[in-house]
Formats: sequence, structure tokens, C-alpha cells
Amino acid sequence: MATMTASAEATVSSQPKMTARDVKVFYGEKQALNGVSIDVHTDLVTAFIGPSGCGKSTFLRCLNRMNDTIDAARIVGRIELEGHDIYAPDMDVVQLRARVGMVFQKPNPFPKSIYENVAYGPRIHGLASSKAELDAIVEQSLVRASLWNEVKDRLQDSGTALSGGQQQRLCIARAIAVDPEVILMDEPCSALDPIATAKIEELIDDLRGRYAIVIVTHNMQQAARVSQRTAFFHLGTLVEYGDTAEIFTNPREQRTKDYITGRFG
Amino acid sequence: MNTTPTAHTVKSFDEDLRQLRLLIGEMGGLAKDQVDRSVAAIVARDAEAAQAVVQSDPRIDRIEAEVEQLAIATIARRAPLADDLREVIAALKISAVIERIGDYAKNNAKRVNSIAQDSPIRPMVIVPEMARIVSQMVDDALDAYARRDPELARDVWKRDNSVDEYYNSLFRALLTFMMENPHHITPSTHMLFIAKNLERIGDHATNIAEVVYYSATGEHLTDRQKADETVYTVSEDVEGEQER
Repeated sequence: MATMTASAEATVSSQPKMTARDVKVFYGEKQALNGVSIDVHTDLVTAFIGPSGCGKSTFLRCLNRMNDTIDAARIVGRIELEGHDIYAPDMDVVQLRARVGMVFQKPNPFPKSIYENVAYGPRIHGLASSKAELDAIVEQSLVRASLWNEVKDRLQDSGTALSGGQQQRLCIARAIAVDPEVILMDEPCSALDPIATAKIEELIDDLRGRYAIVIVTHNMQQAARVSQRTAFFHLGTLVEYGDTAEIFTNPREQRTKDYITGRFG
Repeated sequence: MNTTPTAHTVKSFDEDLRQLRLLIGEMGGLAKDQVDRSVAAIVARDAEAAQAVVQSDPRIDRIEAEVEQLAIATIARRAPLADDLREVIAALKISAVIERIGDYAKNNAKRVNSIAQDSPIRPMVIVPEMARIVSQMVDDALDAYARRDPELARDVWKRDNSVDEYYNSLFRALLTFMMENPHHITPSTHMLFIAKNLERIGDHATNIAEVVYYSATGEHLTDRQKADETVYTVSEDVEGEQER
């Protein structure tokens, strides 16, 4: 596994934004993740694929310490953001989650106005010193999330009144508003129709390079479309990690091949 | 690598792939038969047998259309990936190549009428020899496909050299022959086209072998370390002679 990761890294010039080394997760006695090592880059979208229960979401949640909220979860190994251990005692978790944002499977806008949904983060993190500055952040975030043109005339409408796809883009705008470095997306399109899905995929492509993006998806074609790197998880193990084109046309591991060609079980 | 893969969770996907392989097998068998029968007709100077070859060609074209439809439907329905994807694309490419092989056999058969009108010419003896090698290459390329056997594919791929050598020697023999007597020009030219068609069939068998190798392994056969340069030099020399 180590050599495979190394060879996959060889094609990238930039420093990784996040690195994970030998990350293990235990839920009580049960081990959910068996030593995962992976690098995440800003100029590449990384897709995590694998059957349900394979550990991909568990691992994703380690990257911004979402597993902290689960009492029984214990994490071993080292995860660094820009070279700093995110599990270090002096790490401010609230700050970390601003730097490593998350978008969930089901769009979850706050039951507030569209404007407030986006303005909330910058406000609590003190990113804007005036109303004008906050307005600018809200607009820029909505523009980057490709939602601005659809909502600019009704910013005071409730976020929950938007369509599912719009809500998801609102959630992406909300994540972008606090100027994160990494955006984690946990099956962001599974509740969306194909058009809304296409818009999110287009958006992911636009955001690549500005943010390191990690996406968990059950849709193999989606992983093939949006990502440049794909990691295949199975039974808590990172089976294969490499260039997306290679994984989907000529995977090295039999288990990867069986999974992506629909021969599992 | 060349073992039969385990079944898909969706059974009808396996059925689609099996059907594609059957069609390729049927089509390939027909084309190989066409090559053999066209050469037999040339050797026997049998215009009737040649006509039968010409008339059989549309069957190959029809199967090619079937392969194309099924391959497109499979891609649309299943969105195949990895070896499945390579397999479907291979079927599509191979069917096009087989169709071309059929066309060359047909073209050779069409020449029998003219050949039969002239007296037999000496260099003709090389043609059945060359045809035997080419036909075996087609056969083995299809076998390699049916068995997903990359080693047999590589073997076929290597044999293309000897076909080129046959062609070059026949080319020289025919040139000399034509220079001896202008009456030999018409039958010799037909013979040259026939040999060239056989040489092209050999190239196509080689193409099939390349596709099979990639489909089975995900790797490309490395660039041909073949006598391409020799072939080029030879033909250049000969062209020089022609000008003189």
C-alpha cells in the first residue's frame, strides 16, 4: 500500500494540503479503520468509494474531527493539515472545522434566510468588520457556489424554501464563506436529481484548485467524472489509491475491480 | 488474468457480454473462412467459388452492425468500467477490423475473374504459402480473444514480420517477372494486389492481437520492434529501380 501511495504521489508537484498516516478508528471494541495513509491536494479532487460500511465516511469525518462528537470513537494515527497535527491538544476544533468545511448528504440549511445561512459563519469567526464586508462575503460565496444569480433578488427568503439542489449549493456557499482550505463532501448529490447533480459536479470542478476537495460517493460514474484521485475502501482498509482514470479503466487490485464492475459479494 | 471473471451482481450484464463475445466469434469465423475460400478460388482459378465469397460478405457486415448496436446499448445501460469497459470497447474495435478483413477477402475474390483469363504465372506459388500464415494469424488472434489469452496475442503480433517478408519477396519477384515480359504485367499486378491485401489482413490480425492484449491486461503491447525500416528501405530501392 505504501508504495502505491508513493507512486500516486509522484505525479503531483504541490505539497499535500492534508496528510493522514496510519489512521485507525475504533468504535468501542470494534475497529472501523485499519491504518489508512493518504494525501489530499488542493489541485486535485479526491474521491472515496467503497461499499456501505467500508470506512470511507468514518475516515472523512476524521479529517475535521467530526468523530469527536461520538463518545465511543477512538482515533489513532496522525492527520496533519499544512503540517500541523489536527489532533494536537492546542488545536482549536472550531477553527479546524472552519478550515476543513463539510457538506453533508442531505442538504441541511439553517431555518433562516439565505443571507443568514451564508453570513452566519463569517460573523461568528469575525471575518467581517462591517455590514458591507459581510455583504461582499455573502455575495462572493454565493457566486462561487453558482447560486448567486438564482437567489440574489430574494436573499431574505428562507433557505429551506429553496429546491434540494439549491439548498445543497447554499450549504456549499456556507462552507465557502469562512474561507476554508479543505471541503469535505459526504455523498453531496445522493438526494439530488440529475440536473442538480450536474450543477454540483460542475461546481466541484470550478472550486478545484482553490480548495482541496474530498468527496465520498456511491456513484462510480460521479467519482470518475469529478475526481482526479480515487481511493477505494473495503472493510475498513484502503485497498487502492491512485489516479482516477487508472482506477476506473485498469485497477491494480482484484477487490477494486470486482467492486467497480459490480461483481461484489 | 485470462481466467473467466466471476459473475456480475446484475446477471443480464453477463448475458450482454457473453452475447458480444458470441457475435465476435461468429463474425471472426466467417471472415477467416472468407480468407481461406478466396485464396482457394484464386489457386483453383474458380470464378464460381470466388463469386460465392463475394456474396457472403454482407453477412459479416450485418453482424458488425449487430455488435455495434449491442456495444452501444451495453455502454448506455451498464456504464461498464475497468475490464468490462475494455472488453466492450475491444468488441467494438475488433468487429470493425474483422469487417475490413472480410472486405480484403472479397476484393481478392473479385480478382479471380481476371486472373482466370490469363495464363498462370510462376510467382503465384508464394500466395498460398503467405495466405496460410495470414489465415493462421487471424485464427489465433480470434482464439486469443475467445480465451482472453494475452500470450497468444503477443505471439500473433510477432508473426506479422514474416508476412511482411513474404510480401517483399513476392513484390521483387513480380517486378522482375514483369520486366521480363510486358504480357505479364496484368496478371502480375493482380497478384501484387492480392498479396498486398493478404499483407493487410495480416496487419489487421495484428491489430486484433493488440486490442486483445490491452483488453486482457490493461497494458499496451510495446512499440513494434519490427522490421519496418527494412520494409521501407526495400520498397525505396525497388522504386528506384522502377524509375530507372
